[in-house]
Amino acid sequence: MQRADAIAAVLSKISDEIVVTANGWISREACAASDRAENFYMLGSMGLASPIALGLALARPERRVVVFDGDGNLLMTLGTLAMIGDLRPPNFLHIVFDNEVYGSTGAQRSATANVALDALALAAGYVDVRRVNHANELDAAIDSLLATSGPSFLLFKVDAAANGTAPRVPHEPEAIVTRVRAGLGVP
Amino acid sequence: MNRSGAFIEMLREAGFDFFTGVPDSTFQPLLAEFASRPDLGYVTAVSENVAVGIATGSYLGGRRPVVFMQNSGLALAMNALGSLAAIYRIPMLLVVGWRGHDGTDSPEHAVLGAATLRLLEALPLPFFVPDAESLASDVARAAQTLDAQNLPCALVFRPGVVC
Repeated sequence: MQRADAIAAVLSKISDEIVVTANGWISREACAASDRAENFYMLGSMGLASPIALGLALARPERRVVVFDGDGNLLMTLGTLAMIGDLRPPNFLHIVFDNEVYGSTGAQRSATANVALDALALAAGYVDVRRVNHANELDAAIDSLLATSGPSFLLFKVDAAANGTAPRVPHEPEAIVTRVRAGLGVP
Repeated sequence: MNRSGAFIEMLREAGFDFFTGVPDSTFQPLLAEFASRPDLGYVTAVSENVAVGIATGSYLGGRRPVVFMQNSGLALAMNALGSLAAIYRIPMLLVVGWRGHDGTDSPEHAVLGAATLRLLEALPLPFFVPDAESLASDVARAAQTLDAQNLPCALVFRPGVVC
């Protein structure tokens, strides 16, 4: 499955969850598929999507937080897996779109062709860890993970497409913050 | 109340309500105070850039964060501060322990100890270097500054000032 189609498929299942998207194509494709107030598009700071989502999950325990991560992003801050496994926020869902390449910089190989991120998440202490290899397994996995307590982890192996077609996120960074906070009722 | 407890109370009175960071040896009594006060919810982060990310998320959720770190970690957090906190204009207080501030510390602190304030100036981010007498007023000024500018603001502590 193409990454953009996988992102759109997951977003079609999202209702009031907060979504944090990793930089590069993941943010662009999420914005193109469903541009909602509860999406935080991380434009730079590669590696920090999961820490941002963790901070949100700890600050707002009554809201489920979903992070759309990439393999390169998660590899950059793997220690965050240990924090999530240690703190165990039940409202945290970690989805990794793993294409085994640095897709936003020209498809250079990443380590995940040989390293199983789902096994690392399980070892870290995530309570529900799954892997989806085919598009037809995605809906059931998302439905299940959105209905149960976490922290949960979904590894979705997607095709390695060097370039997408989604435009840049059209919002200024400050506007993204204002919109997310307003969507969460923060004055 | 000990000095660490008094400092934490200053931070709380200034409205800060989310605490994360990476341990620094010069903050040991402060970190012990957090460890004895689980109600404060201090989150130990695996690295300083991750701590800035967590603080950013907490702000999106409506909290007012403080990030504790050693100055060596400030260098590690430069990308998080520049490419995340600065461009999204996330107010957060950085409480930085300043190893190598006078050139007499161990060798691993020499280069970044000398560069610490210039790192902040390079971003640029506002900062204060309190001494024991100015601590309370500098906490208040830092809180006003980060509100006025919607940016991180740092308090840089030589050893022995805050605990």
